[in-house]
Amino acid sequence: MTDILLKVRHVSVDFPLQKDIVHAVRDVSFDLRRGETLCVVGESGSGKSVTARAVMQLVAEPGRIVAGQVHLAGPDGDTDIVALGNRGAAIRAIRGRRIAMIFQEPMTSLSPVHTIGQQIIEMIRLHEKIDKADARRRAAQLLDRVRIPDPEAALDRYAFEFSGGMRQRAMIAMALSCNPEILIADEPTTALDVTTQAEILALIRGLQQERGMAVLFITHDMGVVAQIADRVLVMYQGRMIEEAGVFDLFAKPREAYTRALLGSVLKLESPGPRPVRPQTEQAVMAISDLCLHFPLGQRARAGGSVKAVDGVSLTINTGETVGIVGESGSGKTTLGRTLLRIYPPTSGQVTYTRDDGSKVDIATLSKTQMKALYGEVRMVFQDPHASLNPRMTIARIIAEPLRINTALSDREIRDRVGQLLERVGMPTDIGDRYPHAFSGGQRQRIAIARAIALRPRLIVADEPTSALDVSLRHQVLDLMRDLQTDYGLSYLFISHDIAVVRYFCDRVAVMKNGRIVEIGDVAQICEHPGHPYTKALIGAVPRPDPTLRPDVQIRVQA
Amino acid sequence: MLRYIVQRLLGMIPAMFAISLLTFVIIQLPPGDFASTYAAQLAETGVTVDDAAMQALRDRYGLGDGLMVQYAKWVGGILRGDFGISFEWNQPVNQLIWQRMGMTALISVMTLLVMWIISLPIGIYSAVFKYSVTDYIASVLGFLGMATPNFLVAIVLLYISSMWFGVSVGGLLSPDYVKAPLSWGKLVDFLSHAWIPVFVLGTSGTAALIRVMRANLLDELHKPYVETARAKGLSETRLILRYPVRVAINPFISTVGWVLPALISGELIVSTVLNLPTAGPLLLQALKSQDMYLAGALILLSGGLVLIGTLVSDVLLALSDPRIRLS
Repeated sequence: MTDILLKVRHVSVDFPLQKDIVHAVRDVSFDLRRGETLCVVGESGSGKSVTARAVMQLVAEPGRIVAGQVHLAGPDGDTDIVALGNRGAAIRAIRGRRIAMIFQEPMTSLSPVHTIGQQIIEMIRLHEKIDKADARRRAAQLLDRVRIPDPEAALDRYAFEFSGGMRQRAMIAMALSCNPEILIADEPTTALDVTTQAEILALIRGLQQERGMAVLFITHDMGVVAQIADRVLVMYQGRMIEEAGVFDLFAKPREAYTRALLGSVLKLESPGPRPVRPQTEQAVMAISDLCLHFPLGQRARAGGSVKAVDGVSLTINTGETVGIVGESGSGKTTLGRTLLRIYPPTSGQVTYTRDDGSKVDIATLSKTQMKALYGEVRMVFQDPHASLNPRMTIARIIAEPLRINTALSDREIRDRVGQLLERVGMPTDIGDRYPHAFSGGQRQRIAIARAIALRPRLIVADEPTSALDVSLRHQVLDLMRDLQTDYGLSYLFISHDIAVVRYFCDRVAVMKNGRIVEIGDVAQICEHPGHPYTKALIGAVPRPDPTLRPDVQIRVQA
Repeated sequence: MLRYIVQRLLGMIPAMFAISLLTFVIIQLPPGDFASTYAAQLAETGVTVDDAAMQALRDRYGLGDGLMVQYAKWVGGILRGDFGISFEWNQPVNQLIWQRMGMTALISVMTLLVMWIISLPIGIYSAVFKYSVTDYIASVLGFLGMATPNFLVAIVLLYISSMWFGVSVGGLLSPDYVKAPLSWGKLVDFLSHAWIPVFVLGTSGTAALIRVMRANLLDELHKPYVETARAKGLSETRLILRYPVRVAINPFISTVGWVLPALISGELIVSTVLNLPTAGPLLLQALKSQDMYLAGALILLSGGLVLIGTLVSDVLLALSDPRIRLS
C-alpha cells in the first residue's frame, strides 16, 4: 500500500460572476501522505480555503471545479473525487467518513439549536450501523479525548453554552468521530486567543500522531505553520508558489513571494524604529483607578455585575505609544471605549490635558461636553470593512469630521481631504469612489485619514491591524508611526498580537479580567515578562521559526 | 420554562388593562350615545322621543354617569364575568357573544394553521431554489396575494361560486345543520363552508409568510454550520431540513404576533361580506348603533385573543429555540 493518501492533480476552480470569471484556484497539484501535516499558507484571496474545499467537493455555489483530479487512495485503488460530483451518495460516503473538516468560526460552525451530542451522534449514525446508546457512548469518549470536562453532561448542552476553545474541541471531536484518514482544518485557530490556539494546535498534533491521520492545515499565520507543518504549500492569487519542507522553507525560501511574506512576518518579530522620546515626559491622558461594571441582567439584584474594567490606572505621555494586550474578554476594548466616553465609567478619573495645558476629567463629562473633545481624541477601529459607511464616498467619509467640527468652506474641505489622502499614501483622485472599491489595507488607510482629519492629539486604535494580511500590517504601522513623528500624536494601541505591539509600542500594559497585571517598557515585558500570565501569553505565541517548536527542541535535547 | 410562562402570564395583566382602557375610549369616541342613536332611529320612522323619555333611557343604562364611573362599573362587571347589557338586543352581552367569539377564534386559528402549512414548504423551496422558475411563480403569486384586498377576493369568490357552480357559499353551515347536534355530517358540512373564509383570509398572510420564510432561510443557508453539516456527509434535503430550516423557523413562529391581529381585523370585513356567524358582523352592527357594551366586549375579547395567540407563539418559540429557553 502506497504512502500517498491524496493526490491532487492540476485542480482549477472558477467562480463565474455576472460579468467575468474569477479563477480562484489555478492548476494546483500536491500530495498528502499518511500521518503528515501539510500546511497551505497564503494571504486572503490566495485560494487556500477553496483548494481545501475542492478536496471534499464542498466548493460553494457558484464555484465549480473546472479541471483536474483529486485521487483518494483506498484498498480497492484510487477514487477520483472530482469525478464523483458534489451531490451523490458516493461523495457523501467520503465526506465525514474518510475526510473530515473543521472550520474557522467555532461560534457559528455548530448548529445553535441542536445539542453537541445530537450533532456528533448524527454523524456517527450516518456512516455506521450502530444503535443510539453505542453512538452516544462513543461521542462521550470523543469529548473526553478532546478534554472537554464532564463529557456526559456536555453532550446535552448547546454550542452557545461553551467558550470558543471548547466549541472548537467539540468540533474536532465530531470531525474525528468516524476515524477519518484525512482531517482538513481551515484556519481552525484564527478566531481563538493565543493560549487557546496553543492548546488546540497541541490537541490536533497529538490526535494526529495517535491515529496516523493526514492533516491538511489551512492558515495565514506563518507562526502556526512553523509550529505544526511537516511540509508547506505557499499560495498566492490562486496559484501554487512554492512547496517545500517546513525547515527548508523557513531557512531558504526559493521564490520571491515567499521571501517577501516571510520578510513581513520577521519584520514584526523585532521592535520597529521608534521616534525619539523627549527628556521630560508630559502626560496627555492620565487614567486613575478607572472602573466600568456592567450589571448582570437577572443576577443584578444579587449585586452581580461584570467588572469589564476594574481599577485601571495608566498614563499616556505626549508622543508616546502605549500598547494594551490581552485576550478576548480581558476588557481592553471596553477600556478604549470608556476613554472616549462611549461607555460611561462606573468610577475613577480620566484626566485629559488639552493643548493649552488645561485639564478635563472625561469620566465626568456629559456626552455633549465630550463632543468638544472628539477633535482631539479619536478612534480607529479593527474592521475597516465595517467602520466605513458603504453608502458614502471616500471624500464624504473623510470630510465628515471636518464638516461637523470646523467652519471650513466646501472648497477648503476638499483641499484638506486631498492632502489627507496624500498623507496616508493614497491617490488623491479617489474621493468620489466608495469603500467597496478598496482592499482592507487601503480602507484602513482611509480610516486613518479620517481619524487625523482634525489633527487629534491622541488616537485610541483598537486592533487596527488584526483584520489585515501580514504583509500590510507593518505598512499600516509604519504609516501610523510617521504620522506620530509629524504631528506629535500619542497612541493607545489595543491589540491581542504581541508581535505587533512589540514592533509599534513604547510601553505595554497586559490586561486580564479588567485589570492591568503588568506594565512596563515593551522590550522589558516581551523579553523578561514578570507576571505568570504575561509569560503564558508570550509563550503561547507561535514563533515563525520551526527550530523553536517543542517537538524539535525535545529531539535536539535527546 | 414554567417560570417563563408564569412571567408572561403576569405580563398580560397590565396589557389587558391597557386594552380595556383603549376599548373604553374607542367606544366613547363617537358623538352622542345609544339614546341619541335610538332616538334618531325612531325619528326616521316618524316617532319623536321627548326629553323626559331620553333622560329615562339614559338613567336606565347609566349613560348619564361620569366617564370614570362608567368605566369602573364596566370593568368591575367584567371582572365578575358580567359584560353588561346589549341595548339593541336587550339581552345580556354574555348570551350574544360567546358562540360568535368562538367561531372567530376557530376561523382565525384554522386560517393561521393553513397559512403555516402552505407557506412553509413553498418558502423553503423558493429559498433553496432561489431564482428558479418555481421561485419566480411563487413570488409573483405571492405579491398578487399580498396586494389584493381580501374583501375583493371574497366578492370574486362569491360571484364565481354562485354564478358558475350554483353553490351558495354564505355562512358556515348549511341551514339543515345549524340546529343539528354534532356529527360527522355536520363537521364535513362545516369544512365545506369554512374553506372559503379561510382561503379569503389566508391569502395575503400566506403570501407574506412565504416571503418571510424565504428571506429567513436565505440568511441561514450560507451559515458555516450548514457547511459543517454538508462536510459530515448529510444529503442535501436532510441537511437543509434539519439545520437551516430548523433555525429559520423560529422567526416564522413569532409571526403570530402580527398575523393574528391582521386576521381578526380582516375577519370583520370578510365575515360581513360572506355573512358568517362570527364576531365581526356583530361588532360592526354594535358600533353602528353605539351599542357600547356589546362593542366593548367584542373589542376587548379580540384583544385578549391576540394576547393569547402571542403568548402561545412565544411559548412555542421558547420550546423550539434553546437560545431563548436557556438565556
